[in-house]
Amino acid sequence: MFIIKCPYCGERDVTEFSYGGDATRAYPQDPAQATPEDWHAYVYERDNPRGWHVEWWQHSQGCRQWLKLRRNTLTHELGRTALPHEPLSPDDDEGSDA
Amino acid sequence: MTHYSVWSLIKGGLTGQKNWTRAWRDPEPKSSYDVIIIGGGGHGLATAHYLAKLHGVTNVAVLEKGWLGGGNVGRNTTIVRSNYLLDANAHFYEHSLKLWEGLSDDLNYNVMFSQRAVINLAHSKPQLDGFARRGNAMLLNGIDAELLDRDGVQAMVPYFDYSESARFPIYGGLMQRRGGSARHDAVAWGYARSADARGVDLIQNCEVTGFRIEDGRVLGVETTRGFIGAQKVGMAVAGHTSHVAAMAGLNRLPIESHKLQAMVSEGLKPLINQVYTFGAGHFYISQSDKGGLVYGGDLDGYNSYAQRGNYPLIEHVHAAGMALMPSLGRLRLTRHWAGVMDMSMDGSPIIGMTPIEGLYLNAGWCYGGFKATPASGWCFAHTIAQNRPHALNEAFTLNRFETGAQIDERGAGPIPGAH
Repeated sequence: MFIIKCPYCGERDVTEFSYGGDATRAYPQDPAQATPEDWHAYVYERDNPRGWHVEWWQHSQGCRQWLKLRRNTLTHELGRTALPHEPLSPDDDEGSDA
Repeated sequence: MTHYSVWSLIKGGLTGQKNWTRAWRDPEPKSSYDVIIIGGGGHGLATAHYLAKLHGVTNVAVLEKGWLGGGNVGRNTTIVRSNYLLDANAHFYEHSLKLWEGLSDDLNYNVMFSQRAVINLAHSKPQLDGFARRGNAMLLNGIDAELLDRDGVQAMVPYFDYSESARFPIYGGLMQRRGGSARHDAVAWGYARSADARGVDLIQNCEVTGFRIEDGRVLGVETTRGFIGAQKVGMAVAGHTSHVAAMAGLNRLPIESHKLQAMVSEGLKPLINQVYTFGAGHFYISQSDKGGLVYGGDLDGYNSYAQRGNYPLIEHVHAAGMALMPSLGRLRLTRHWAGVMDMSMDGSPIIGMTPIEGLYLNAGWCYGGFKATPASGWCFAHTIAQNRPHALNEAFTLNRFETGAQIDERGAGPIPGAH
């Protein structure tokens, strides 16, 4: 149970959000040139960290915007949230506003 | 090892119960073994049992970071079934069910396997059609299946909501009579005792901290109790697969760790005589031999290694349970817990080889690990002993996602949280 800080709406209960999975996976930059190995890595492979994880959430019961959240999968501690285009890494603990 | 029987029980009763000995030893680790199994849960212990019993490999150690059976084998809802559509799953889980049927005799340990039937409830005509298709597939694979209509379900369990106002009206169900439940701890302890009696070293409080690998071949493992050499190493660490495998250089496996909650009510006289799954409402329920109703729902919904659940899902599970069986509202919840599930990308497990010689992987069990315990150990032991998969697990490869040979029972795609 936790409270996520939506960049648009502020702090809201987790039940307002839908989970979108690992946000560190990168869609192949040039899909036409991507090899089957590139697609396999994007679609199927996961770091699945036991610790800090950057993940997609959608504020589906609120503003319906997607956001990135840095969250610890072992302790459920929350780090900061970011807009989709902003970089956010599992190691990034700067600017924590949670 | 003392053979357990009614005679030993009577003898113990007449001699002050002084005949009981330790069920297994507590050995110091040797400097090396033929085979090391990482993970002293159901699958790891079953693997050790079958390695020793069927393949004559007894110079084996099972390394467990905590205590035996302290992970998912002790944290599940103990349902056993083989009601699968796809051939690879059907044959594998049916083999498991057949092993369950003889397990108490095989282990000389009562695993309390109770074939009380598993019933999936259908809530629309198309869903019932889908169940008929799966039931027919099961029959073609030699597995028992019976399609029930609404009256058939009502005759078995009269206190579900059959009214006009039911949130999901019951149209019927698919029943597997040979399915049921078992005593979770007894499975771990039975396998442990049997493996130990055949010479396997069960080493507790021994966490693997690294692998020694040279020229693509495993030489042993670093542990909190020192280096232990091994010809072959098998990993059976369920939800912790990703980070244990990463120590061996196997990064980015097709697995995400999620948590699944289970709940137990206060004890009651017999009320639920079978196992029911209410897929439309994300709820399933059975009753333990102690009398508590054992039930659960879906995953909590996000990656997690925390063995604890969240409150919104507890509320959701109870709401779903009330929709199916309103009388549940009179009961109190007494216990709940969560286990870490190794969710694979197609909902099916991985049992087989890895790119590292001598290292074998057993993972990706999603919700289905408990019922698979005997066949998982049986197939993993075969794979390790023969250095190649058995026909029953040759489809469950690590690289099937590269070749497009997924075994996606639900057709949910590469979204682990949806399986």
